[in-house]
Amino acid sequence: MKSINDTLNKIRQNGKKAFVAYITAGDPNLNKTVELVETISEAGADIIELGVPFSDPLADGPTNQKASERALKQGCHLGGVLESVSKIRQKGIETPIVLFSYMNPLFRFGFGELSRRCREVGVNGLLPVDLTPESFLEEERHFKNALEKERIEPIFLMAPTTKTSRWKLIEKETKGFIYYVSRTGTTGVSDKLSEGLLGKLKEVRKVVKKPLIVGFGLSKSEQVKTLAPYCDGIVVGSAIVREIETAKNFKEAKKNTHSLVTKLKESLI
Amino acid sequence: MNPNSRGFYGQYGGSYIPETLSAPIEEIKEAFEKFKNEESFQADLSYWQKEYIGRATPLTYAERLTHFLGGPKIYLKREDLTHTGAHKINNTLGQILIAKRMGKKRIIAETGAGQHGVAVATVCALFGLSCTIYMGEDDTKRQRLNVYRMKLLGASVRPVTLGSRTLKDAINEAMRDWVTNIKNSYYLLGSALGPHPYPQMVTEFQSIIGREVKEQILKKEGRLPDQLIACVGGGSNAIGLFHPFLEDKDVSLIGVEAGGFGIKEKRHSARFEGGSVGIFQGTKTVILQDQFGQIEETESISAGLDYAGIGPLHCYLKEMGRAKYTYATDEEAMNAFSILSKMEGIIPALESSHAIAYIIKEAAHLSKDKIIVCNLSGRGDKDVETAILYSSKEEVNN
Repeated sequence: MKSINDTLNKIRQNGKKAFVAYITAGDPNLNKTVELVETISEAGADIIELGVPFSDPLADGPTNQKASERALKQGCHLGGVLESVSKIRQKGIETPIVLFSYMNPLFRFGFGELSRRCREVGVNGLLPVDLTPESFLEEERHFKNALEKERIEPIFLMAPTTKTSRWKLIEKETKGFIYYVSRTGTTGVSDKLSEGLLGKLKEVRKVVKKPLIVGFGLSKSEQVKTLAPYCDGIVVGSAIVREIETAKNFKEAKKNTHSLVTKLKESLI
Repeated sequence: MNPNSRGFYGQYGGSYIPETLSAPIEEIKEAFEKFKNEESFQADLSYWQKEYIGRATPLTYAERLTHFLGGPKIYLKREDLTHTGAHKINNTLGQILIAKRMGKKRIIAETGAGQHGVAVATVCALFGLSCTIYMGEDDTKRQRLNVYRMKLLGASVRPVTLGSRTLKDAINEAMRDWVTNIKNSYYLLGSALGPHPYPQMVTEFQSIIGREVKEQILKKEGRLPDQLIACVGGGSNAIGLFHPFLEDKDVSLIGVEAGGFGIKEKRHSARFEGGSVGIFQGTKTVILQDQFGQIEETESISAGLDYAGIGPLHCYLKEMGRAKYTYATDEEAMNAFSILSKMEGIIPALESSHAIAYIIKEAAHLSKDKIIVCNLSGRGDKDVETAILYSSKEEVNN
C-alpha cells in the first residue's frame, strides 16, 4: 500500500497533478461503495476520500447532506466504513484512502481503537472536518498521539479566511497534504472559481511547501485547467456524489462517475 | 466562573469548528473581550436594558401558588415581562451591540420556539440591520405566530427542511449561511452553546437575571434564597439565573430538562438522562447520541427545550456537584401551564412550565420557611395553540 506522501511526491516529481475523488461511504450502500472506489481508482483517481456519514454535517452543502442521510438510512456507521476499506484492499486496490469525518463519530469510536483499525484495514489518512490544529495539539492531543503511533496521516484544512499567521501551524500538523478550501462556504458544486483564489494560492505557495490540494465547488474541466498550475492537485466531491444520486441505476452510476473522473483527470494534465 | 483561555469549563466546551470559521470566531472573541469591560459599551447596554427591554423585571411573590402547594415561599423572576416576552432579548441586545461595533451589517440566527428569532428580529429592527432567521420546518408550524412576528419585524424567515427539521437543523443551516457570508454577517447564537466564546458571552449577557434576583430578594427577604429553579434547553435562562449565585454555596441550583413523552420510551430531550459526552455543533458537551455518535432525535412539547445538546457550563456544574438536574414530562409541564395560569394569572411559556412543574412536584418536601426563586423565562401566549392541540388529543385518549 502506498502512503499519501509518497504518492503525492511521485506525482510532483513527474510534473503532474493529483486527482482526489470524494464519495460518501454507504451511499447507496457499503457494498456499492467498494465497487465505486474500484471504478474511481480505475478511472485514474490518485487518492480517495471517503466521507463518514454524520447526522449533522454542518460544513456540507445539500448534495453531501442528502448523501449522508441516505447512508445513515442504510445503517452505515464508522465500523462498517472501516470494514469496507478492508474489502477494498482485499481486491488489491492500493489507492490511498482518507476518511473525511466530523469529530463526534471518531470521538465516540475512541481514538486509540480507531487508529489501530485504520492501520489494520488500510486507511491512510484522517481528515477531521471540525477540528482545528490548535485543539489537535491541546485538548485532543491523545488523538494526535494515537494517529502518530499507528502512522495514520492527519489532514487539515486551510481556508481563504485562515490568518497568514496560522499557515505554518497547519502545514506542520497536516501530514499527507494541505486541503485548501477554495471558497468560503459549504461543500457543493459551483460554476465559477471564487474571486481572488488564484492570487491567494500564489501567496500560500510561497510560504507552504507541503502538497497543496484544492477542493470545494469544483466540477468543470475549465475550473480544473485554470487551477492546475497553482496547486498540486484538486478534490472533486459533490459533482461525483451528484452522479451517484441522479443515475437511473447503479450500473449507470458507475459509468457516469467513471467518465466524470476520467474527463476531469485529463483536464489536469 | 469563566472558561479557561481555550473556552473550556473542565473538560467541556472549547471550539470545534471547520477551518473557515476559525478567523470569524477569533474576531468575535477579540471584540467580546475588548468591549465587555469598556465603560461606553456597558453604558449603552444599561441604557437599552432599561429603556427598551424594560429592566429590571419584577420578582413576584406567588402567594396563591405558595399557599396552594403548602410548602416554601415561591418567587417568580418575571422574564416574561421583558419586551418581546422572554429572556432571549437580554442576549440579543448584548450581542447586537457587539456586532454593531464590529461593523457587521447582516445578522443570522437560528430559532427553536421562535422566541430567540423574535428577539433577534426585534433588535435588528431597532438598529436597522438586515436579519435572516433559520427555523426548522416543524417548528415553523407549531410556532407560526412567532414566524409572523419575525416577518412583521422585517426579518427573512427560512424554514429548514433537512434533518429532523427542529432547532439543531436550524443551527446547522445558520452556520452554513455564516460560513458562506462571513465578511458582512454576524451569527447571533441564542443559547449558552456552540463554540467558544458563545457560551461565555451568552452567560455574561443573561447574568443580569441572577444579579437582579440577588438584589431584589435581599431587599424583600433580607437573605438569599434556598433554591433557584430554571428550565434547561440549551441552558441560557438557567445559567443567567445561576451564574451570580455560583459562589453562594448555600443556594442550591436546580435545572429542569424536558422529559418529553417519556424517558423510558426514549422520546425526550433530557441530556442528563441517558446522554453522554460528545462533540456537537462546535462544543464538547453532553449530548443525546446513539452508539455510533449520531445525534438522536429529541422530543418535547416545548420547542425551546427540544434539543440534543446542553450548554457546556451546565455539564461542568453537574460534574462539580454545584447544580442538580432533573426533568419534567410533557404532561407535567402542561399541568403546570394550567395551574400557574389559574393560580397567579400568569400564562407561562411551555419551557418555563417545566420549572413550575418541578416546584409543583417537590414543594411538599420543602418546609414553609424556605424561599425558592423560579425563573419564569417567558410568557405562554405563543403556546396557546399547542395547548389547544394537546388538550384535544388528551380528550380523545380519555
